[in-house]
Amino acid sequence: MTTKPTTVLDARALDRTLRRMADQIVELNAGCENLVIVGIQRRGVQLAERIVRIIEAQEKVQVASGALDITLYRDDLQTVGPRPVVGATSLPWALDDQRVVIIDDVLYTGRTVRAALDELADFGRPSRIALAVLIDRGGRELPIHADIVGRRIDVAPGQRVDVFIEELDGRDEVLIASRNEEG
Amino acid sequence: MAGPLGKDLLGIAPLSADQIRLVLDTAVPFREISERAIKKVPTLRGATIVNLFFEASTRTRISFEFAEKRLSADTVNVAAAGSSVSKGETLVDTARNLEAMKIDMVVIRHSASGAARFLAERIESNVINAGDGTNEHPTQALLDMLTLRDRFGDLTGKRICIVGDVLHSRVARSNIWGLTKLGAEVAVCGPRSLLPNAIEAMGVTVFNRIEEAIEWADALNVLRLQLERMQAGYIPSLREYNRVFGVTGARLEKAPRDLVILHPGPMNRGVEIDSDVADGPHSVILDQVTNGVAVRMAVLYLLAGGKPELAEAAKKGNA
Repeated sequence: MTTKPTTVLDARALDRTLRRMADQIVELNAGCENLVIVGIQRRGVQLAERIVRIIEAQEKVQVASGALDITLYRDDLQTVGPRPVVGATSLPWALDDQRVVIIDDVLYTGRTVRAALDELADFGRPSRIALAVLIDRGGRELPIHADIVGRRIDVAPGQRVDVFIEELDGRDEVLIASRNEEG
Repeated sequence: MAGPLGKDLLGIAPLSADQIRLVLDTAVPFREISERAIKKVPTLRGATIVNLFFEASTRTRISFEFAEKRLSADTVNVAAAGSSVSKGETLVDTARNLEAMKIDMVVIRHSASGAARFLAERIESNVINAGDGTNEHPTQALLDMLTLRDRFGDLTGKRICIVGDVLHSRVARSNIWGLTKLGAEVAVCGPRSLLPNAIEAMGVTVFNRIEEAIEWADALNVLRLQLERMQAGYIPSLREYNRVFGVTGARLEKAPRDLVILHPGPMNRGVEIDSDVADGPHSVILDQVTNGVAVRMAVLYLLAGGKPELAEAAKKGNA
């Protein structure tokens, strides 16, 4: 089964989508007061940084942001074993009574978000936590939904969504590829 | 069930350079957990770890216990004194009895070299060597390497001199193996009576004078001088040891560069190291203690979990 990867978002579409998501985040929170944007390692962090830049340019305010690595909160250590690379968590802000927006690249089973919610709870008690994802590919295994979605696509379990971003991959693009092309 | 380090951590000698780097890289993000208000992650929830200490230890045992607790493991401490060990139970019987109570990992310190390996070959739990006789103390070497890497970045070509009682030191052996694997140049310095014969075969340079070592090195790892060595006749007196081999402020002032100073603790101030050096600006002795917890968390994490047969079953369930 070697279907050619199909492009879901090219660089310009990705930029437009992030701008719309940034607007929706400000709208959802009725402004930027007490807003904290938290990206999930890895690509969620860079997407969060871009969204923060967009909001700051438009609203002329400083927006608090952080990074979350959920590796240590996964529910599959006993089965899959340790993931060799644990990324950095940096949440330099007290989260009590803040309005937190979690940013991730792809929402699939919901297990990453479940882990992120557990981890955030160890940093304080936000007044609200929302979820914004670039791609919602369906296939949830937990009762989790995103408040803001960049693009909703139906992807078969045998396929995967690849998000490439300039900061890490040298280009901006979102693809659907079949799973057996995996490196 | 072997993870990236295998089933056990018995020493530095069996590890590859990549495995050492993996532990050090993994330890870095673990440091942040100890800075949090809630210093705990749920990673090892439900795992039971036994700290089996047949030899006195404060720092290492507490450091392991913090690491275990910050990963949410359940821990039990067994000290030799006051346990069934003092009633003559053998090491294997002790461990088998513990295993019968369903444990996942054993951290062992023992005065006999090879005790950790002996145990690891006989029980299914992961075994971590917290010091066995004069053989190895792998987590101490790992935390030393992490501390040096914090200061120097890459250790390739850096010159580290281990000073003191190398003969009886498992810390020295683990450090020599680890540092040379990471590409550092390693030397030892101490009275000939406290250096092993043919130590050069481990790939190290030998200095007989501390002044030469100071002139050569980028960092000194100053070992604790066991006070009982004097009674055993290895050195004439503590005062003389300090006069000839003591790491003092006056000696370091003559160094061509600022030397990073490590000590595995507990220190004999005024014997192997002077207070002005131990508390000086280039001492990283307390950074070593902080890094110790992070390195041990990394080791526990990398040894834990990973049952491929369960992973396969989970995958099938998902499909």
